[in-house]
Amino acid sequence: MVSNKSMFQQFDKLFIPFITAGDPNEELTIDLALILEKCGASAIELGVPYSDPLADGPVIQQASIRARRNGMNIEKAMELAYKMKERGLKIPIILFTYFNPVLQLGEKYFFTLMEKNRLEGLLIPDLPFEESGWMRKKCDEHGIYFISMVAPTSYNRIKKIAENAAGFLYCVSSLGVTGERQSFDERVSDFISHVKKYAEVPVAVGFGISSNEHVKKFFKISDGVVVGSAIVKQIEKLIPLLTNANTKQSGLQEFERFIHGLLH
Amino acid sequence: MKYPDEYGRFGEFGGKYVPETLMKPLYELEEALKDALSDSSFQQQYHQMLQKYSGRPTALTFADQLTKHVGGANIFLKREDLNHTGAHKINNAIGQALLSKRMGKKKLIAETGAGQHGVASATVAAKFGMDCKVFMGEEDIDRQRLNVFRMQLLGAEVVPVTSGNKTLKDAVNEAIRYWVQHCEDHFYLMGSAVGPHPYPMMVREFQRIIGDEAKEQFFNEFGKLPDVVIACVGGGSNAIGMFTPFLEEDVKLIGVEAGGKGVETGEHAATITKGTKGVIHGSMTYLLQNQYGEIIEPYSISAGLDYPGVGPEHAYLAKIGRVVYESVTDEEAILALETLAKTEGILAAIESAHAVAKGIEIAKTLSNEQSILICLSGRGDKDVHTLMKTKGGVENGF
Repeated sequence: MVSNKSMFQQFDKLFIPFITAGDPNEELTIDLALILEKCGASAIELGVPYSDPLADGPVIQQASIRARRNGMNIEKAMELAYKMKERGLKIPIILFTYFNPVLQLGEKYFFTLMEKNRLEGLLIPDLPFEESGWMRKKCDEHGIYFISMVAPTSYNRIKKIAENAAGFLYCVSSLGVTGERQSFDERVSDFISHVKKYAEVPVAVGFGISSNEHVKKFFKISDGVVVGSAIVKQIEKLIPLLTNANTKQSGLQEFERFIHGLLH
Repeated sequence: MKYPDEYGRFGEFGGKYVPETLMKPLYELEEALKDALSDSSFQQQYHQMLQKYSGRPTALTFADQLTKHVGGANIFLKREDLNHTGAHKINNAIGQALLSKRMGKKKLIAETGAGQHGVASATVAAKFGMDCKVFMGEEDIDRQRLNVFRMQLLGAEVVPVTSGNKTLKDAVNEAIRYWVQHCEDHFYLMGSAVGPHPYPMMVREFQRIIGDEAKEQFFNEFGKLPDVVIACVGGGSNAIGMFTPFLEEDVKLIGVEAGGKGVETGEHAATITKGTKGVIHGSMTYLLQNQYGEIIEPYSISAGLDYPGVGPEHAYLAKIGRVVYESVTDEEAILALETLAKTEGILAAIESAHAVAKGIEIAKTLSNEQSILICLSGRGDKDVHTLMKTKGGVENGF
């Protein structure tokens, strides 16, 4: 049973990066995950590329297109988690996927794959509280953390969502889809402290966090950050370097410098 | 109505599969809708707009020449093509815009494929003095230049969608993404009986005027109900509007999907006939998808039926066997469109021609004591360009 439990033993502040499985290719996704761990990531959010990513902005949409072009799908993405662990990744991996691919695998096969591939967490952005009861229960039975989200529009929903959260509680910083934002609404601090009142698990903030300044801001008022689009955009920029055998190492070094700069 | 239940489900279909940010706006919408539907002053406003602005009630036409031509059952047409803006879409646009106004939201978001719902939305936005942003795939913008210009003339902003395949499915995705960001002061005016609860229910309630009127008109004239009622199904808004008042009657109901180049070719939009259960645009329903749940782009000559999902209530009605869903190919639809034009002097939209084709086929199997009621959901003016291309243009004598 993992409900109401944090998926992190001891930590100062959580850094949970998002990368898209298979962007730019399988091997590089593993390389990038290992660098993220080296830079201090607390967990990896591994994104399953999807044809219709409703909650994602243009940067992650483009990554999805690149990964799907390489033949990536939910099953291969889950296998990729296993390969990451094989290559020495220690931190937990959270599968980030839209609901329909999970539905098509079927409940039994999906959980077989989750366990076989050593995935510790699951985040389904289009499966809100009302629709996720059975999925939360199943995850709990399988010892998998089902990550719940709260948004600035959640209001009176915050309590029940927070009280049922597992792993960590994903606090959506602002209205809108994933993607970088220049600044955040002033009300965000009140929102986060309100959420923290009900949450028994750590509260991490995501959506739009894209600079060192943002990271520092949210480290101050929450337990950690989720960073997606800013990292995916950096990967997109580095594709020419990363996919050329002669320049791959310098590409990976540049990625490491970027992550370091984001955090310190 | 027994359905949907409190979770917005029609049996195993429907629901709300949306990001958390949209849950609160959807509950607010549901509350406002319930409140409005039970408020007689709202109902009065809605019906007055339908009557004085859109020209309702629309006629019930006995297609005597088509009946004679086909031989068999008597064919009747519910003339939604006579609505303002040329199709049934305006019924729903008026209803939702009035609701938006009642909720104090003066900015409308809409998606459109062929442009009919976009035009209806732009029209009501103009009438009510509201802002209107219409999301439309770049591919569709190319194919439907006239409707794009119409929307702009009406004062709406047409936002080109470049994500995905740049068609209706992607326009809905983009409209939802925009709504997630602006849900506090924008109203999403969805054009079909699809999407998360309460949209399928709301669109049904604003379209059931079609069936309510037709049923009354038919009964008043003949003292009985038709034997068969037929409507085309893309997302399924005209069909659900037509079918709803007949669901509890002893009337055979047939929904007609777009068979495109044939349901065996893979190039079609026959979602119930060939699709499988899954989630699209926030709703559990049947859809065209691969084994990994990725959505497959549909095909139909008619842009209004070219949608990879279908309204969840249709999925439910198919599952329990209350409505039979069949398909009609591009070719059969065009042939029916020509037949109707030449026998009745009515140019139907290609969408509606799918229903006409099925009606002709079934009329032949019935006696002249029996009657078929077809929902002629829209007029074909918008399709003249497509028809010219299909028929090889004026030089071929068409």
